[in-house]
Amino acid sequence: MKPSRIASIVLPLLAVVLLLAGCQRSAPAPWQLTDIRSHMPDLAFSLTDDGGKAATAADFKGKVTLLYFGYTHCPDVCPLTLAHLHAVMEKLGKQADAVRILFVTVDPARDTPAVLHDYVRAFDPHALGLTGPPRAIEALVKRYRASFSREPAQGDGSYEVSHSSAIYIFDRAGKARLLATPADTQDQLVHDLRLLIGSGD
Amino acid sequence: MASRKLPVLLAGLLLAGAAHASQASHVHASHAWIRLLPANLPAGGYVVLANDGDRAARLAGAGSRDYGSVMLHQSTSQGGMDVMRMVDHIDIPAHGRTALAPASYHLMLGKASHPLKPGDKVPVTLRFADGSTLHVDFLVRPANASGDGRD
Repeated sequence: MKPSRIASIVLPLLAVVLLLAGCQRSAPAPWQLTDIRSHMPDLAFSLTDDGGKAATAADFKGKVTLLYFGYTHCPDVCPLTLAHLHAVMEKLGKQADAVRILFVTVDPARDTPAVLHDYVRAFDPHALGLTGPPRAIEALVKRYRASFSREPAQGDGSYEVSHSSAIYIFDRAGKARLLATPADTQDQLVHDLRLLIGSGD
Repeated sequence: MASRKLPVLLAGLLLAGAAHASQASHVHASHAWIRLLPANLPAGGYVVLANDGDRAARLAGAGSRDYGSVMLHQSTSQGGMDVMRMVDHIDIPAHGRTALAPASYHLMLGKASHPLKPGDKVPVTLRFADGSTLHVDFLVRPANASGDGRD
């Protein structure tokens, strides 16, 4: 075979191999939680924090943010989730300074800023409560394709609220990156949060 | 001699028979704790119930002098949604155990009669379907506890 002929076969093959090798190098990081990058919108909201002040997503730029929907009259799963996240913060140690846990109430009628303040502080200093008009809460819930439904009130005025069980995780730039479910372990959360904290972007 | 011992023996057997019929007498509680939440928010109660009897035991209710309302509840996760509902009973299988644990069966304790704090002991009376009762002390733990602290 003429050299030019060999070249015309080998070179394209080489290019393909190099391209594939390039793909391998830019493969995604080994996330242990569910990767939702580019599937969910950036963190954006305009609500009231547990100190009664206006709060927006911009306030959390530079922090790795965990977003969770719940309500304070839930004695089982919401406290479990927050206790779980508290244990994660303990495992992160000093690195937890870069993390914020946003507990958004799906029960703004009962969860006033004062109620939320006492509640989140009982769990972890990195947690903040957020509330607002029902429309603002619904818009945020819809934004992350979560949902909630309030049952009719009982005779004594009490009621339950069903709500999504997922924890949405945003990087320091406010981009949606990961989703944690009740099945994910504390160690998986610690592993992935370390990656987000370390990346600095 | 035999005639004096016989009634005692019979009484003993009857008592043993009666004790054997009670569901509560076959249930042993361990790791009982309450997750205390701030203000007057309802608290969650958890306990492991082991049944050494030949028949299933059915927990039908509970009460406590420290809480005006104690209900049996169950949390379930369905299609990404967390749902909690009241249940009428919680069964403990024969020669088996049922754990009231976070994200599963639990007691919902409301209307506390006085402020409680971590470290307090709350006496709870567990009521079984046959009317028998079991008294269990639940240890009050802080909101962010991951268990009764004694595992």
